[in-house]
Amino acid sequence: MCETCGCTVTASRVKEAATVEVLSRLLDANDRAAAHNRAHFDAYGVLALNLMSSPGAGKTSLLEATIEAVKDEFRIAVIEGDLETDNDARRIRARGVPVVQITTGSACHLDAHMVHDALHAMPLAGLDVLFIENVGNLVCPASFDLGQHRRITLLSMTEGDDKPAKYPVIFRTAELVLLTKMDLAPFMDDFDPERAEQAVRALANAAPVIAVSARKAMNLEKWLDWLRGEIAAVRARRGDGRIPLGHHHDHSSTMAR
Amino acid sequence: MHELAICQALIAEVENIARPRGAWVKEIYVAIGPLSGIEPQLLAAAYPLACAGTSADGARLAIERTELRLRCRRCGAESTAEPNRLLCGACGDWQTDLLSGDEMMLLRVELEVPEATFEVPHV
Repeated sequence: MCETCGCTVTASRVKEAATVEVLSRLLDANDRAAAHNRAHFDAYGVLALNLMSSPGAGKTSLLEATIEAVKDEFRIAVIEGDLETDNDARRIRARGVPVVQITTGSACHLDAHMVHDALHAMPLAGLDVLFIENVGNLVCPASFDLGQHRRITLLSMTEGDDKPAKYPVIFRTAELVLLTKMDLAPFMDDFDPERAEQAVRALANAAPVIAVSARKAMNLEKWLDWLRGEIAAVRARRGDGRIPLGHHHDHSSTMAR
Repeated sequence: MHELAICQALIAEVENIARPRGAWVKEIYVAIGPLSGIEPQLLAAAYPLACAGTSADGARLAIERTELRLRCRRCGAESTAEPNRLLCGACGDWQTDLLSGDEMMLLRVELEVPEATFEVPHV
């Protein structure tokens, strides 16, 4: 045995090629975390909604108007995602609703792990609906399941009615499309709600398309009826199988990053 | 750009496969569809950053772009389509089901596995 040159350590290592078939989603870890979040929501019968849109489309204004309209009817909580500041969280908190801020720094989207971390600061017991306000961005949030029950994509009248054709990924999987700032419609003669809806249908998406104005509280009833229906559906699914407060299931495998 | 985050998730999955085997990664095969929300060029650009210092460092990333295919619910025809016009190629109806095109899959990994270490007599 050679004691000096180290040849036994390196030269004799036989290498073999091996192929491992995988066939898993690239975001497998995120998907597992999302399923885990969903199990939390289901256990408490809480409807979880993922709100996505470009910056400034009116996600926070919609939440403010919604809270105002149904605060006596439902118990609401909000998770706010922003790159920086807690301005939106403060707006929501001012309405007397529990809110957890996720500051993503440079990340352009929320992922299921971030939402799970936020859930540790957000008691779900007794809630009816949890709004997750995603980072304002029509591209990146589309790829990440957060464990929500429904994805809602907002499109404001100032953005143009061809946005669904320009950002097909986020509008194709939306389960509700809200056309916001409809009070501006008289000034936006190039935005045709019909065309916006057709652009959603061209993505083979049958989701309801509802035009609202949060600021002027216009046409909110249709949106609130949709919300009531979804809350009732999640509540009905819950049955009696409530998991008691706290974490009684294993986190080690699902939450590995 | 979320491709870096996706690439880091990909490398984490690959490392979970390679590390227990004590293997080095030679090639990574992924399939990306036009409706996945992933831009293959950005994924390729993010890849060297994500794999640096891992057991996949230097491994080749092979990106297979899948075709967008759909089936019409009304007439049953199968056709290709553009990502923002998922209409039936035969009858033009919008009520179609996606057959392929939203994939973001890790297909397989080619590894270099050390089989055994034994001593070679010094000559």
